[in-house]
Amino acid sequence: MAKTLEKVDVVTVGVGWTGGIIAAECAKAGLKVVGLERGKERGTADFQQVHDEYRYAIRYELMQDLSKETITFRNNRKQEALPMRQMGSFLLGENLGGSGTHWNGQTWRFLPYDFEIKSMTEKKYGANKLSGDYSLQDWGITYEELEPYFDKFEKTAGISGEVKNPFEGKRANQYPTPPMIKTPLLQKFEKATTNLGYTPFMLPSANLSEPYKNPDGEQINACQYCGFCERFGCEYGAKTSPEITVVPTAKKTGNYEIRFQANVVEILKDGNKVTGVKYVDRISGEEFIQPAEAVVLTSYVLNNAKLLMVSKIGEQYDPATGRGTLGKNYCYQILPGATGFFDEQMNVFMGAGSLGMSIDDWNGDNFDHSKVDFIHGANISLTQTGTRPILSNPVPPDTPAWGADFKKASIHNYTRTLGVGGQGASMPHKENYMSLDSAYKDAYGVPLLKLTYNFTDQDRALHMFITKKAEEVMKEMGAKTVVPGNPLTDYDIVPYQTTHNTGGTIMGASPENSVVNNYLQHWNAENLFAVGAGNFAHNSGYNPTGTVGALAYRCAEGVIKYSKNGGSLV
Amino acid sequence: MSDNEKGLSRRGFLKTTGIAAGALVGGGLIGGLVGYNTKDNKQISNEMTNGEQHGAPSSRARMFFTNDKDFMILSAATERIFPKDDLGPGAIELDVPYFIDHQLAGNYGSNAREYMQGPFKAGQSTQGYQSRLTRAEIFQQGITKIESESQSRFKKGFSDLENAQMDEILTVFQKDEVAMTAVSSGFFFKLLRQATLEGAYSDPLYSGNNNMGGWRMKEFPGHQGSYAQVIDKEGFQKIEPKSLSSMQNMQH
Repeated sequence: MAKTLEKVDVVTVGVGWTGGIIAAECAKAGLKVVGLERGKERGTADFQQVHDEYRYAIRYELMQDLSKETITFRNNRKQEALPMRQMGSFLLGENLGGSGTHWNGQTWRFLPYDFEIKSMTEKKYGANKLSGDYSLQDWGITYEELEPYFDKFEKTAGISGEVKNPFEGKRANQYPTPPMIKTPLLQKFEKATTNLGYTPFMLPSANLSEPYKNPDGEQINACQYCGFCERFGCEYGAKTSPEITVVPTAKKTGNYEIRFQANVVEILKDGNKVTGVKYVDRISGEEFIQPAEAVVLTSYVLNNAKLLMVSKIGEQYDPATGRGTLGKNYCYQILPGATGFFDEQMNVFMGAGSLGMSIDDWNGDNFDHSKVDFIHGANISLTQTGTRPILSNPVPPDTPAWGADFKKASIHNYTRTLGVGGQGASMPHKENYMSLDSAYKDAYGVPLLKLTYNFTDQDRALHMFITKKAEEVMKEMGAKTVVPGNPLTDYDIVPYQTTHNTGGTIMGASPENSVVNNYLQHWNAENLFAVGAGNFAHNSGYNPTGTVGALAYRCAEGVIKYSKNGGSLV
Repeated sequence: MSDNEKGLSRRGFLKTTGIAAGALVGGGLIGGLVGYNTKDNKQISNEMTNGEQHGAPSSRARMFFTNDKDFMILSAATERIFPKDDLGPGAIELDVPYFIDHQLAGNYGSNAREYMQGPFKAGQSTQGYQSRLTRAEIFQQGITKIESESQSRFKKGFSDLENAQMDEILTVFQKDEVAMTAVSSGFFFKLLRQATLEGAYSDPLYSGNNNMGGWRMKEFPGHQGSYAQVIDKEGFQKIEPKSLSSMQNMQH
């Protein structure tokens, strides 16, 4: 039998960026918070031997142990979903800090257009710009309303950047720290995009350009450009992560406790409120019930949705009828781009996760879409994240995949290859959704989450369009050979693409078409909150964490308000 | 070149069909296959340890393969994938076979952190790995199949073949033309190719990339504390590589 523990004010499921932000804000406000983290504790001191591509980037040391839990996947409803047995397309986090430990740190604000995408698209292009199969909707919040929360997250994280992007929403403040170093590689991109009439700017970065103390008093150090960022933790404490900012902030209050190896298996509900969560201690195998005044789901997109599904809270989305909201509007991203092979050797192995320059001229509704058959667009960047030798074996087309010619070409081109890449927005489609699997279970006997997903015509059209733009930039940069990315085919869960999964617990103005309101409070249970990229009603052409951070601060405010007055916050 | 010869730069590596054997450079490597105490390798060992240690590094012993024959087949196959040339060492000199052997004996070989619960079904290629076999089992079966394919085509053991003959066999594996049980030969080849590159380029702590020879060819400096002082400089920076073991030395 599960042992029932003492009731607390707030329990969060997972301790990454969102769990850490909720904990810091609620604990500062005097609420007693418990964070349940399925993985282990870790921090800067654990990353002293982190410059190890094989262990961290290939064997995924910091990521989810799939032997315990994974998802199942199929491209469409006619197929049988099968387990994602190995990680590939996206890299799920685990342990303290979650994906916030091994992220690159590219910290964007979504565009004003994103939050009102349906209204703005219809106003400008009419109601039939996209077919009715795309379940486009507004987010129930505007950019202006979210701006203070973006600002707060940027200050917590100390984001390094420059206010030079003519397309971004209005900002109350500058970035807390100046941009990173504009390296010779970045200058190539700057020059080329300027020549083409675009407005390049330094990418907003959580790898800090200088030491910084955030408003909570947490110290973040200066980036050393060591080239081990994505898939790695930072041994310098220079990549802003939950475990060096919001988690210690929460702990300092004395109101916060994290329980590690605590795998939540169910949200407990009674009437129109939740009473707490049930979890399994991964070491002892014991079951516990943690009662709480408020429950906040702060795990990754996939698990937030899964927990609501297994706990039968909300109505499961059904693509056949269009009814239900839970699991709806799962989105991903597309990655159009071009590879350039150069004559000269470059310092490609130096870098940082968010070292880069971007243009937003082809993102959002920053250009006229009346003559194209898609909406939205992509941020186009050149990043110098540090390429490493196992994963980077670039060869021109028609090079054999192995043997003497491959060896020669891959060694020659390792230091002579650059990429210009777009992060293409992803629009929700009625056939792309999450549900529960009936055949496969996790290590605790809970069904796996089932993902039904494929790229759509909108994706293909956008991909082709942005690929051409990336190709033009690469040519202007002076590459000897420019190789555009292949056109999109079916979504494939094997090759790494991006860990920007969104949707499933979307936010909105009405319980008819969303799971949570704009405080990320569940429509069907007033003391239950679910926060993260799952709230995105579609996915934009940027990395998600800036917007996730803003939503988490918004959610924290909601939890605190709720703890005082109760009831629906909207 | 035909479409068949297109390489991994394209997303569809698994879907494309491979390489004509004639496109690969010939040359005898097999002489050096018996054991690892050849003259060249001794020299490397000495360089690596500043002459303090003689003979082979202690990592040159096997944890997984029980017999020399299987290990020699593995070695010959990895050398064809990543051959010694004028740029520098090939897979054997880099100790890639030992890297793979050691990996197969650990979490990698037993798929310890992957979802291995049934039922196992074939599925679509977009759904990824669905075999009930572990990597250790796939390698074991794959090595046996390479040998039997060699015997049936050339009436000789794989490690006694000419380079072009070896390449012909590896190519039929790559093209998925060899029947294997519960896994495709194309998947086995992909695993073998990937493991070879991992062995050539991972930190020497995993017993491959001997003397950081893989890194030297690629001019990757390995573990460096910081590039903050040089990243804004024009021109390519040649930096002597360092492995993680250099940190251990500092701590002593």
